[in-house]
Amino acid sequence: MQKKFSSDRYDPQGAVRDDVSRRHFIKGVIACSTVAGAAGLMTGCSDSGDGGSAPAGSAERLISINVNGMSRNVDVMPNETLAHTLRNKLGLTGTKLGCDRGSCGACTVMIDGTTVNSCSILTHTVRNANVVTVEGVGGGNGELHPVQTAMIEELAPQCGYCTPGQVVSGVALLQRNPNPTREEVRHALAGNLCRCGAYNNYVNAIVKAAGSA
Amino acid sequence: MADYNLIGKDFIPQDVRPKVTGTGKYSEDFKKDGMCYMKMLLCPMPSANVTNLDVSEALEMPGVLGILTADEVPAVNEPGYPMLTNKPRQLGMPICAIAAETEAIAAEALERIRIAYEPQPFVLDPLESLYPGGPNALESGNVTGGGEGNPPIHTRKWTARDFAEAGEDRLPMGEAPVEWSVGDVEAAFAQAALVIDEPFVTASSTHQALEPRSVLAYWENGKCFIHGSSQSQSWMMPGLARMMDVSLDDIVYIAEYCGGGFGAKASPYPIQGMAGYMAKKIGRPVMMRVTRAEEYHLGGTRPGFQGQVKLGFDAKGKMIAADLYIVQSGGPNRGSGDYSSAADALALVYTPTNMRFRGAAVVTNKPWHVSQRGPGQNQLATVVEPLMDRAAKELGIDRVAIRDINAPEADVVFTDSQSTVTSAYLKEAYKLGAEKFNWEEKKAMSGQRNGTKVIGVGVGSAYHSAGSNGFDGLISIRPDGKLYVHSGVGNLGTYSYAGTCRAAAEVLGSSWENTVVLRGDSRQGLPWTLAQFGSNSTFTNTRTNFVAATKAKEMLQRLAAMDLGGEPGDYEVANEAVTNTSDSSKTMTFAQAGQRAIELGGEWDGTEYPDNLNDVTKAALKNVTGSGLVATAKDELFKEGSVPGMAATFCMIELDTDTGKYEILEMHSIADCGTVLHPQGLQQQLRGGAVMGIGEAVLDRMIYDPQNGLCATVGLYQTKPPSILDVPTLIETDAVNQPDPQNPFGVKGIGEPAMGCAASALLSAISDATGTYFNRTPVSPDMIVNALSGRPQSFTPLQVNV
Repeated sequence: MQKKFSSDRYDPQGAVRDDVSRRHFIKGVIACSTVAGAAGLMTGCSDSGDGGSAPAGSAERLISINVNGMSRNVDVMPNETLAHTLRNKLGLTGTKLGCDRGSCGACTVMIDGTTVNSCSILTHTVRNANVVTVEGVGGGNGELHPVQTAMIEELAPQCGYCTPGQVVSGVALLQRNPNPTREEVRHALAGNLCRCGAYNNYVNAIVKAAGSA
Repeated sequence: MADYNLIGKDFIPQDVRPKVTGTGKYSEDFKKDGMCYMKMLLCPMPSANVTNLDVSEALEMPGVLGILTADEVPAVNEPGYPMLTNKPRQLGMPICAIAAETEAIAAEALERIRIAYEPQPFVLDPLESLYPGGPNALESGNVTGGGEGNPPIHTRKWTARDFAEAGEDRLPMGEAPVEWSVGDVEAAFAQAALVIDEPFVTASSTHQALEPRSVLAYWENGKCFIHGSSQSQSWMMPGLARMMDVSLDDIVYIAEYCGGGFGAKASPYPIQGMAGYMAKKIGRPVMMRVTRAEEYHLGGTRPGFQGQVKLGFDAKGKMIAADLYIVQSGGPNRGSGDYSSAADALALVYTPTNMRFRGAAVVTNKPWHVSQRGPGQNQLATVVEPLMDRAAKELGIDRVAIRDINAPEADVVFTDSQSTVTSAYLKEAYKLGAEKFNWEEKKAMSGQRNGTKVIGVGVGSAYHSAGSNGFDGLISIRPDGKLYVHSGVGNLGTYSYAGTCRAAAEVLGSSWENTVVLRGDSRQGLPWTLAQFGSNSTFTNTRTNFVAATKAKEMLQRLAAMDLGGEPGDYEVANEAVTNTSDSSKTMTFAQAGQRAIELGGEWDGTEYPDNLNDVTKAALKNVTGSGLVATAKDELFKEGSVPGMAATFCMIELDTDTGKYEILEMHSIADCGTVLHPQGLQQQLRGGAVMGIGEAVLDRMIYDPQNGLCATVGLYQTKPPSILDVPTLIETDAVNQPDPQNPFGVKGIGEPAMGCAASALLSAISDATGTYFNRTPVSPDMIVNALSGRPQSFTPLQVNV
């Protein structure tokens, strides 16, 4: 028999609180009630800041990575994510962080032509690869990639925060499949969340770009 | 319809290219010399008193720059939401914050804080709080706002009898803090041919804008600079000034881009002030990057409803009686008026001749609750629209016809306050939608089976009061010959900040290429306007820009007559010049007029301005005065009644009866948004609203563990906002395109109803395919499978947090 209320520590048919359950609750939280460090475990906010800031005792190392066709020398930490390096050390803030957990796709970049969540890959692992970000998909002199042009024409972005990821996913798709179907475009964008819900317009733009590329 | 140069035409807003190239800067993209990082210590339990806070070890860490505690920021009384507190009343409520050279050091320092908590009783279910002896979420009470003579927060308990009489399957309905009625509801129910009486639950769900609400704050020359993520621009100014205890002149607010808000970034929020206070304390620019998990605690949640709705229909399908009771679940804060707005929506969209509304807004120890897209109206749509289907089926009436019978006309009068509307074309939206969707043909396909798959077709509608008035317009015509429209509207991604500026260019006959939109940084001199919420910007700011441009036109004519002879009426404004209609040699370009205004000063260049302007506009003028011909005016145009943005959606799904999963095969949304201002923008809002509506109907919810009050939904993989694979490959859109008489261009807003109509249409289609009315959002596949296999659901009708 289901209880009327979701809480199992309280009997709505009675007039007083259920003391046994109350103890149960207190026991559940007491273990972590003196050291603040445990707070993150309870709130789910247990990350210790961006992947890239120096934890005590670790050291940066100078490495060279190829970003948007240029070799860049940069000091990175062993635990530094590519998203952090791009955004905070190379000034490429077009790559966005929506979750820092590989579930939103706002930080999508290409590594050797394959789309990757740059929040979830360590910079030192891409030393021998070609990294392309939203800043690097177009030609030189500010020339836009056809995907970008089509996204402007189709007014695809709304708030724009997921847009760099959608652009990179779209460009990567056209590189491996120059004439995708709408269904193929949908699947290519399946890792890029858009809370504004501009999905249809992103698909329209990429299909249009395929026609003109 | 009037022939416009710009209104109703597509254009490329200035911020689209930066969005696709990644050069648009959101608050987390800024860097400042000497910038340090801040992180917050969040409460690990749903309600506690901090009894000891020892930060000595944390402060000794190399790289730590300072700590900010509740004693150092403005105190807030319940039910306000505190910046920092020693009495956190919510899991994840900030207690203190540490700034350090790096974010990792700040995070590590937080772990060295020694803190003792005294856990307090907490409540997650409003009904539990209303039960005699049940816990209050706040010290000062359990019920907020609303109702004649009620204080902002007070304690209200129902009787055990209220609960016992209701049993498991009905909402207990104790004495309501808010109540109104129209007509004789009981008598009408007695005459009704059909009465439907159902309990319902709509889940609390989170806004989850893709950009977390990061903030950068610093002080320069006594001014507090804040780079924030907000839907609004000028609306932020007074609140931030109050929060930082400085004058309007000493706040610089920069929010050129905002990565989504959906209501949760409409107004100043405490985190912004927290960074400002820390920056002041340590004398360094402070960046606080908010994480996705933190966003679930601090980023806003839509109030959930537990309710009972009783609807009475006559034999023809007219709703003759409605009795609605809503218990609204809020957070530990004042919350929003969703429950009252829901009642208004029922009264307007279905025009019941007799109606009673009762409601209570209850605080809980869950996150900060705040309006979300269509606050109240959209929840109501998901509750009532499927019941309209049920009524239609039981009375043998077509499902579109029953909606049409009940839809409002322009002369509708609704609620106890006898509200009126500026225009209403929902009937036309149903008609156009039925044509486009081919309702008759699709209806015939309803119930068709193919193996385990069955076809369902649905229709839904929604409403939001989508327009306001009384705000200020500001434009300048400068010696460079360009028309500058100063927009205080934020950049929510709707492009209405730009679309509404076209109103000024339209009035002045200026080409769009010659028009510059100033926005996103208070130093640009941005006038007072309403927040970018409530789908209001389109209606509100075409009016403000209309009145400012009309004034500029009058000033140009007067200036030309003064300098070139004749009467002002002899001159017309067009092609970036003011010219004598009978002697075209008497002409003054915008550039000349801007230069002349600067020479004349006084009323011409903004030195003198109307007294009725808002203080924000007066402060903004300090950045504009002397730059050219400056025209500013308050919108005092006639306005009476609600400005109803309304929309209808039709959809068809194919549902797998074995798995409870379905594919949305077709979806058409039709807007009543007055004259279409920006066709692409409208299409975007209808499509985006539909996607978010799909989330509301079948995916979005927050879940709390009833034992410890912990949140089980702190990641996108847990809350599951709709992905591209959850939504139709193409959502068709259109508009009835009928002008609203109270807007100079006939336009009104649509963003919010665009969500509720799609949400309710999808629920309608699911009910059509399954023959079950779930009386709950979101409807998950397991609920569908349970219903189809005759098994009971895994929760009781009014249970929440499931």
